[in-house]
Amino acid sequence: MTVDSLHKIDTSKLDEIINQYEGKKSNLIAILQKVQEVYRYLPEDAMIYIGTKMEGLSPATVFGVATFYAQFSLEPKGKYEIKVCDGTACHVRGSMPVLNAIRNKLKIQEGKLTSDNGLFSLETVSCLGACGLAPVCVINEKVYPQMTSDAISMILDTLLKEEGI
Amino acid sequence: MANLNINILEEQNKAQQHIKEQGLRVLVCAGTGCVANGSLKVIEKFRELGANVSTLTDYDKMTIVPTGCHGFCEKGVLVIIPDKHVTYVKVKESDVEEIFESHIKNGKPVERLLYTDPKTGEHVHKNDDINFYAKQTRTALKNCGKINAESIEEAIAVRGYEALAKVIEENNPDGVIDTITKSGLRGRGGGGFPTGMKWKFTAANKGGKSYVVCNGDEGDPGAFMDRSVMEGDPHKLLEGMAIAGFAVGADEAYIYVRAEYPLAIKRLRKAIADAEANNFLGKNIMGSDFSFTIHIKEGAGAFVCGEETALIASIEGERGMPRPKPPFPANKGLFGRPTLINNVETLANVPLIILNGAEWFASMGCESSKGTKTFALTGEVNNTGLIEVPMGTTLREIIFDIGGGIRGGKKFKAVQIGGPSGGCLTEEHLDISMDYDSLIKAGAMVGSGGLVVMAEDTCMVEVARFFMNFTKNESCGKCVPCREGTKNMLKILEKIVKGKGEMSDLDTLEELAYAVKDGSLCGLGKTAPNPVLSTLKYFRDEYVAHIRDHKCPAGVCTAMKKISINPDICKGCTKCARTCPVGAIEVTVKNPHKIDQTKCIKCEACLNSCPFKAISKE
Repeated sequence: MTVDSLHKIDTSKLDEIINQYEGKKSNLIAILQKVQEVYRYLPEDAMIYIGTKMEGLSPATVFGVATFYAQFSLEPKGKYEIKVCDGTACHVRGSMPVLNAIRNKLKIQEGKLTSDNGLFSLETVSCLGACGLAPVCVINEKVYPQMTSDAISMILDTLLKEEGI
Repeated sequence: MANLNINILEEQNKAQQHIKEQGLRVLVCAGTGCVANGSLKVIEKFRELGANVSTLTDYDKMTIVPTGCHGFCEKGVLVIIPDKHVTYVKVKESDVEEIFESHIKNGKPVERLLYTDPKTGEHVHKNDDINFYAKQTRTALKNCGKINAESIEEAIAVRGYEALAKVIEENNPDGVIDTITKSGLRGRGGGGFPTGMKWKFTAANKGGKSYVVCNGDEGDPGAFMDRSVMEGDPHKLLEGMAIAGFAVGADEAYIYVRAEYPLAIKRLRKAIADAEANNFLGKNIMGSDFSFTIHIKEGAGAFVCGEETALIASIEGERGMPRPKPPFPANKGLFGRPTLINNVETLANVPLIILNGAEWFASMGCESSKGTKTFALTGEVNNTGLIEVPMGTTLREIIFDIGGGIRGGKKFKAVQIGGPSGGCLTEEHLDISMDYDSLIKAGAMVGSGGLVVMAEDTCMVEVARFFMNFTKNESCGKCVPCREGTKNMLKILEKIVKGKGEMSDLDTLEELAYAVKDGSLCGLGKTAPNPVLSTLKYFRDEYVAHIRDHKCPAGVCTAMKKISINPDICKGCTKCARTCPVGAIEVTVKNPHKIDQTKCIKCEACLNSCPFKAISKE
């Protein structure tokens, strides 16, 4: 595939990001983080473009880096990104019932990233370093301490209501 | 001797004077934990009230200081008013007015917001009298929670950058390395390698381009000491890095921070900009020949990047896979140049050692491990949070004195130390000295210092499965024994917690464990089997109970749980059936209900819903 054949994504935006990091290979992770900020995931075309455009890289290398790190997602994340901490402290204090409550409430099956309407994405993370407040959930950067299945249901209810669902 | 164009002691006096002019200082914790509990609103409310301060009696004004983490996250939001000798816990926005009116204006403490000692039931006023703090020796964390983490002036007031000025002025890099060596400081990131020696190896390659890298990729679940230092006292870390750079002859540095720590990243960025503006970093620091720039690299979520060679690969923009050693980073590290890699806590200790001397540091701790160590105390313990104690303190003191014992009066079972790479310690280890060598002897390790306390109702086989799942996910895949071994060990553990294990599985587990240990390149693989090996050693009977008796002694493993309704108590109200998420309860109104065991997912939702307590688990 040649670069010209890409039309789904705004390559000028990608150029801007690449230039911001001086097109340096060592800044690839930071570049991908920026791209993900824009699209909420890493579109395949964006990775191909970066791999072709930047010196010393290939699309395969970019794909290799993108799949290595847990932060990068190859499919779109929801408007609400829910992260349930399943670090040791949270696990011991019951993060699994919280995760199950979210799955039931939003009908996100195990192994799936987003709810059917694409509004919510659900992931577990290993540790957010807020162990004193275990178990912890994060929705779009906001940290919710000492969660229970009831508490998270109420929070989700509020969000669903805001969305008119 | 080099001449400096900044008189740091003069700056210090000026900064201290400014702080005095702030009037009554009200410290409000603004670390990740307290922010989650609403500390920003507390700060806002205090500031709102503080706008009208002519009513204060002893002070002409009040200053609200957002600080870094105090460590006592569980009791957040924490508000400390040093001049009034008081610490308030669990403060909410709605409590602020009362604190202001009653205590700040009229000198009457708000008793209900004081910490209550769980043993005596009495209110405690002073911070130092709270059992959680009383037995700690805070040195690396000394300023965390006492200064405004976003103000360089406050850092200067507590002797920030004085050590850096001292080493540049004395201009004796080898002398600095000698001091660090004599202090006995060992790497706080896990391995415990003597820091002075690492510096010496890197300095031996002086001449060309060298780097300093700070490892802030605190990946061990259950550990957050580095986060607290970066958030609460970022300048101390920057100063430590600059001193290291001066000693080993490096002029450029990277701090590798986990992306999961956005607040730490934000504060570090501000701290670097402020330090550059004051010429404590950047070109020709304080007018000397020494230049030093620090960059921040955000990680992207990979546990293995805590391994130094993997971390280097990640900074270079590659997949974070470990590289064989030798060559060691001290010879050939970042971009192929000599590189010194130290952990956050290690570097934060450096300015203190320079200021107070190697003897001061060596006077704390025990024979083989000097100084203090921070631990993140979490899990089933009353006081969770961040603590700092002299090396060699016993586990009993940490869990029962500082931690205030086990929650809800449960019985202590074990403590997992060092995260997924560490091991568990049991009752019999409560009195061993917490230092690098004693812990290795006991089959565990200091690691990054995560301490997760587990009580009688924690299933140790499930814990081993949990850690194995973690390391399996985080194995980078480079070494086959680690990649395939962790996968197979996990499979066996899953089989056991589902009640389908066989006795021969235990031997296979052990065999695999040693194969993974021996056949892996980096620390992740070498230590991944530790949780399995140590639980097998100390809790073999639990494994056997799962396999032979199909019982989970702690009552955790769902496959072995049976939830049933007692027909003699059940009134047939149908409430449980309406709660059941999978429709496993067959009902006929006013007749005792029954659970279809083939459908039941053992979620225990029905257990709490029954008004007559007719449902029980076994």
